[in-house]
Amino acid sequence: MGVKVSMTVNGKQVSSEVEERTLLVTLIREQLRLTGTHVGCDTAQCGACTIAMNGKAVKSCSMLAMQAEGADIMTIEGVAKPDGTLHPMQAAFKENHGLQCGFCTPGMVMNAIDFAKRHPNASEQEVREALDGNLCRCTGYHNIVKSIMAGSKAMAAGK
Amino acid sequence: MAMGAPLIGTSVLRKEDYRFLTGAGQYTDDISLPGQTYAVFVRSPHAHANIKSIKKDQALKKPGVLAVFTGEDLAAAKVGGLPCGWLITDVNGQPMKEPPHPCLAQGKARYVGDQVAVVIAESLHAARDGADAVQVDYEPLPSVVDTASAGKKGAPQLHENAPDNTCYVWAIGDKAAVDKAFAGAAHVTRLDLVNNRLIPNAIEPRAATGAYSRAEEAYTLYVSNQNPHVERLLMTAFVLGLPEHKVRVVAPDVGGGFGSKIYLYPEDVVVTWAAKQINRPVKWTADRSESFVSDAHGRDHVTIAELAMDKDGKFLAMRVHTTANIGAYLSTFAAAVPTILYATLLAGQYTTPLIYCEVTAVFSNTAPVDAYRGAGRPEATYVVERLVETAAREMKLDPAEIRRRNFIRSFPYQTPVALMYDTGDYDATLDGALKLADVAGYGKRKEDSIKRGKLRGLGYAAYIEACGIAPSAVAGSLGARAGLFEAGEVRVHPTGSVTVFTGSHSHGQGHETTFAQVVADRLGMAIENVDIVHGDTSKVLFGMGTYGSRSLAVGGTAIVMALDKIIAKGKKIAAHLLEASESDIEYDRGVFKVAGTDKQKMFGEVAFAAYVPHNYPHDKLEPGLNENAFYDPSNFTFPAGTYVCEVEVDPDTGKVTVDRFTAVDDFGKIVNPMIVEGQVHGGLTQGIGQALIEGCVYDKDSGQLLTGSFMDYSIPRADDVPSYKVDTRETPCTHNPLGVKGCGEAGAIGAPAALMNAITDALGVKDLPMPATPQTVWKALRAKKAA
Repeated sequence: MGVKVSMTVNGKQVSSEVEERTLLVTLIREQLRLTGTHVGCDTAQCGACTIAMNGKAVKSCSMLAMQAEGADIMTIEGVAKPDGTLHPMQAAFKENHGLQCGFCTPGMVMNAIDFAKRHPNASEQEVREALDGNLCRCTGYHNIVKSIMAGSKAMAAGK
Repeated sequence: MAMGAPLIGTSVLRKEDYRFLTGAGQYTDDISLPGQTYAVFVRSPHAHANIKSIKKDQALKKPGVLAVFTGEDLAAAKVGGLPCGWLITDVNGQPMKEPPHPCLAQGKARYVGDQVAVVIAESLHAARDGADAVQVDYEPLPSVVDTASAGKKGAPQLHENAPDNTCYVWAIGDKAAVDKAFAGAAHVTRLDLVNNRLIPNAIEPRAATGAYSRAEEAYTLYVSNQNPHVERLLMTAFVLGLPEHKVRVVAPDVGGGFGSKIYLYPEDVVVTWAAKQINRPVKWTADRSESFVSDAHGRDHVTIAELAMDKDGKFLAMRVHTTANIGAYLSTFAAAVPTILYATLLAGQYTTPLIYCEVTAVFSNTAPVDAYRGAGRPEATYVVERLVETAAREMKLDPAEIRRRNFIRSFPYQTPVALMYDTGDYDATLDGALKLADVAGYGKRKEDSIKRGKLRGLGYAAYIEACGIAPSAVAGSLGARAGLFEAGEVRVHPTGSVTVFTGSHSHGQGHETTFAQVVADRLGMAIENVDIVHGDTSKVLFGMGTYGSRSLAVGGTAIVMALDKIIAKGKKIAAHLLEASESDIEYDRGVFKVAGTDKQKMFGEVAFAAYVPHNYPHDKLEPGLNENAFYDPSNFTFPAGTYVCEVEVDPDTGKVTVDRFTAVDDFGKIVNPMIVEGQVHGGLTQGIGQALIEGCVYDKDSGQLLTGSFMDYSIPRADDVPSYKVDTRETPCTHNPLGVKGCGEAGAIGAPAALMNAITDALGVKDLPMPATPQTVWKALRAKKAA
């Protein structure tokens, strides 16, 4: 039992011994103790576990840790600047009250950053469609949509 | 330093956001204790079954499995069943039927998901493997899940002491007088309504980790919960028989509650008890599938509702018969939801002089049903506002006009169903909503829809809710087995900063900001100098918790009372320091002054003097600056408002698009408009979810939950809902010092009726069951065409 996996997580090289059946999210939360990545469902619907893998938003509950061998992973803990300054997308969520209980928030932010990079001038409807894989039960999405539109603008402006 | 502009009424950005945005939140599952083990529950796959035997031996042989416990083990250890916190007395003066609710099934499983055994192991994987190896010999029994059928003669019986599966038949109002008014009415509107069962689905699943210290003979329970002190009280006093001071309950960051995390659940008890048995921490986190089957569900009413009017559309009387499904067992506040929190709201915003409501609560082979965002009040609003809109259509009256003809305009107002509304202005919220929704332009938008081959409909809902529960004495007289006050403590530190401890619990509401605004304003200090602490029985003096939109109205008031004690003591200290009479000391934004002079002491100086009492009135005053207060409100608060919904329906597909949704609410004074708007958005979305896409479905024959995942149960996604137009009007609450009423549930209370009024308007049908899925709408259009 047990395989060794190695990858880069938030700029640091990590390796860990896992069972073959270990999910990437379990490795991140349990072994690496990066608990900002959350688990909200067991059918890949809620998106609370969204991380960036090689620059793309993926659901870390839907892949095995072994599948991330050699990958460059960024979790919510790696998004703000080293001095603690929020990323423009994080700042936009704060300024627009795009979060309430905070549980879906890391996944929302990770998805939003990837989306904003690819669609810097998205319409409200496009943002809503892009959130299809991220569930929030608190905000009604109104302020999440506002946050992502504002965050996208700020990112494009290179803030 | 005296501060400038007041913070109350301004959209201060949230203090709690940084930790949530950077992944630094600490939810229950994020907390790992040294040596922790993992629990997995074996759940009944049958809706109703005798448990003939449970064999543990194969499970215990699995690598890493440490223990397996069953109902028999709990019974042997004298672990009690879960209590119901509210006693309803039925129409014959008898107490409701309270069948035992064991934490692990004893002899019988009564719904799919009922806890049968628990396996504890070194790892989650090992616990799962162990759970798979527990052999349970079930003898399946016939089951009943359907609300309308559960109470009928001949239905499968769940509990020996509850004939016809009936928990109680309860009534309020003067039936004879109501019947007489109906007999003489010019017009009667009747609707047969179903309020669909919902599954709350906070995005953080329930979680509980129990720990035990032999050295201290004490337990700690980390749990995703809305009211840790209530959780502790129920668990220690009624279930485990432990001294309260030996149990600490921590509800850390909680990822949404919506009512579903108020209750004491079996898993919470089992992990706490088991931690002592194996002398290691025991961690359990629900997976989403478990949440679907085992979280307390919401709503689930079947109702016949009638409204009697005179020829001018003036309401004469209302008559309501409701059957409420309360599931297999009584959850913590289940008994109160379809009675006290429901029938008492049937007056709505209207002067209806006579109301009679009869409620039959039935057990069924389904998950327990309890309070879910709104809790009884959405069901009441649905009854009242569907009736009123339908009556307007039948009497060819404008739906706004029929409401105006019946609005309550004189306050305080005693309704015929027990409540006394303190204040309100229903014309203001109605007029505001009509304007903001541009109802004047509706005709043109409808024409435009028709041109595009679409249908368009307009619907209103003018809701009222009773929040800020409650006067404890009133609640007690109505059957509550707990008080409903709130507690707060203000601890001023020697250098003048402040930590405030509140019995309210924030799980998304932003109390760390809103409460800090209140404190900073009252004391006149920078908000950075105020921290709010909640959610830990070892830190907070006491608390009844957060539900029923009560936190600011009740918890906030307790804090204000403690703050006033701080200021009062500060005046005594300042008087001594300034060698003035206490009656001459005024407190203004951080400064104690001798009236009419320039002699003053800053708040920080007074705090310092209290803790370094060299020059201090020791003969009259204790050192220190730390006060607490308990606040028991004298009445409920009554938020109210009008919602206007405009839908467009595609007749070819049956798809409903919510084109516009406008909400104008009266929440009394508002501390943080940004947070209030966010609460409204969230509530509206849950209400729209109920009306449009959410619906819990159990298979009628097998009792299996058919909507057991996010792939089968549809909670709203971003593209299911519109951007909202929201605004507020303000009639301050008359009986709390902040003038606040509460805003957390309004959206979920008012939205379903507004939406269904709009959809039925678009379709030209009298009623339609929720959720109005494309299939339901398409079928209704087809049936209409055929007829």
